[in-house]
Amino acid sequence: MKKRQNVTIKGTKEGLVLHLDDTCSYEELKRELDQKLSANSRTQDEKHLIPVKLEVGNRYISEAQQEELKNLIRQKKNFVVDGIVSNVITREYAERLMEENEVMTVSRIIRSGQVLEAPGDLLLIGDVNPGGTVIAGGNIFIMGTLKGIAHAGCFGNDQSVIAASSMKPSQLRISEFLNRAPDITQTTEKREMECAYIDENHQIIVDRLQVLIQLRPNLNRFEGGH
Amino acid sequence: MGEAIVITSGKGGVGKTTTSANIGTSLALQGKKVCLVDTDIGLRNLDVVMGLENRIIYDLVDVIEKRCKIHQALVKDKRFDGLLYLLPAAQTVDKSAVRPEQMKELITELKQDYDYIIIDCPAGIEQGFQNAIAGADQAIVVTTPEVSAVRDADRIIGLLEKQKDMESPKLVVNRIRSHMMKSGDMLDIDEITQHLSIELFGIVADDDEVIKASNHGEPIALNPNSKASIAYRNIARRILGESIPLQPLEEANKNVFTKIKKFFGVR
Repeated sequence: MKKRQNVTIKGTKEGLVLHLDDTCSYEELKRELDQKLSANSRTQDEKHLIPVKLEVGNRYISEAQQEELKNLIRQKKNFVVDGIVSNVITREYAERLMEENEVMTVSRIIRSGQVLEAPGDLLLIGDVNPGGTVIAGGNIFIMGTLKGIAHAGCFGNDQSVIAASSMKPSQLRISEFLNRAPDITQTTEKREMECAYIDENHQIIVDRLQVLIQLRPNLNRFEGGH
Repeated sequence: MGEAIVITSGKGGVGKTTTSANIGTSLALQGKKVCLVDTDIGLRNLDVVMGLENRIIYDLVDVIEKRCKIHQALVKDKRFDGLLYLLPAAQTVDKSAVRPEQMKELITELKQDYDYIIIDCPAGIEQGFQNAIAGADQAIVVTTPEVSAVRDADRIIGLLEKQKDMESPKLVVNRIRSHMMKSGDMLDIDEITQHLSIELFGIVADDDEVIKASNHGEPIALNPNSKASIAYRNIARRILGESIPLQPLEEANKNVFTKIKKFFGVR
């Protein structure tokens, strides 16, 4: 009986797809991958890069291993790894994903010198006083007055927004962009039910809450309501 | 078992010591047994405000380092018949001479004999502050209607709220100048209480008499005619659990002519 192949190569419109078997050992897999690619490389003379996608099935590939596989493939002439698809993620990563997709609800006042951090979206019921800071990986919603600093999308999500019942921040930060309050503020101005977002010119804009419906349709998690 | 109340503010010069002296005096006037504790080690001045400077023999650090018994260090205020005592701060060492656990032990011991322990806290949020709040059951945050004082009060409240087994802090707004508040040049009371969102325990007007009295070593609370004195006495009564409405800042206009004008709606 012929030995089962651990590495199978498929050509698609987007480039090559390498199916890597998930039952053999990693070392075995690496050896076979090396052989297969070396054998093939002679037949290809094209100069442009061919994207390669790795499908590893139910095998967990650590970051170091990912790097190793990428290097192995990159050495073989004009292949470049486009992505690695695995059905398996670590528990840690899964928990982080869950946290990032969760809305953290906090009910308290963030006072001067205090910092509140949330991995995902943050719903704060209470004020952020001057000198206080709220930081979130996702969006920030404040039912109260924002008088301190709010930093949404702190891991680099430009789509994040900051919304507050009363918007009087000393500083707004979204992703790596920053906007501060004007030095002379009209205290009489009522800044109620407003939101901040990044527009196409990478400027932080503060506007009525209602504009978010058009600008960030993916804020919706609930479909329906007829 | 008595109750320990720390008087704190974060910012310096807002009137912590004056407030401590006057709340202590007012409580003693109400017949409570009170002990004032000055924790501003290195810079004592509660004894000066109380007019007890000359009678100090031992101080807080002597007690903590067991060089004397508590009752030896306590200075009795002769004006009150054994109701008011002061534990003065040391001047020869600094705040690092005392640890929070030692303070807690000391306050617990004092609570056996006194109805109220009023702890005067130093400015800042460092060791001195940590020492002062260590044994306290309750805190009164003093602020003035200035943005910087309110900002620091906010920070202090945040730190106090983290403290376990402490009631939520109470607010005293000191040095109010009603004419500036009316013209909008000073933060008004509503703005401050809304911002800090803690219970308001009292408002004290800025009064020249307060400075005069403290320079004479006589807390203003002893003078029943001053507005500030009434304010401090009201704070003391609120501590005792009475519910008293806040004193109006504006004195009722006694001028008959203005009353008539008001009656006819003329401004």
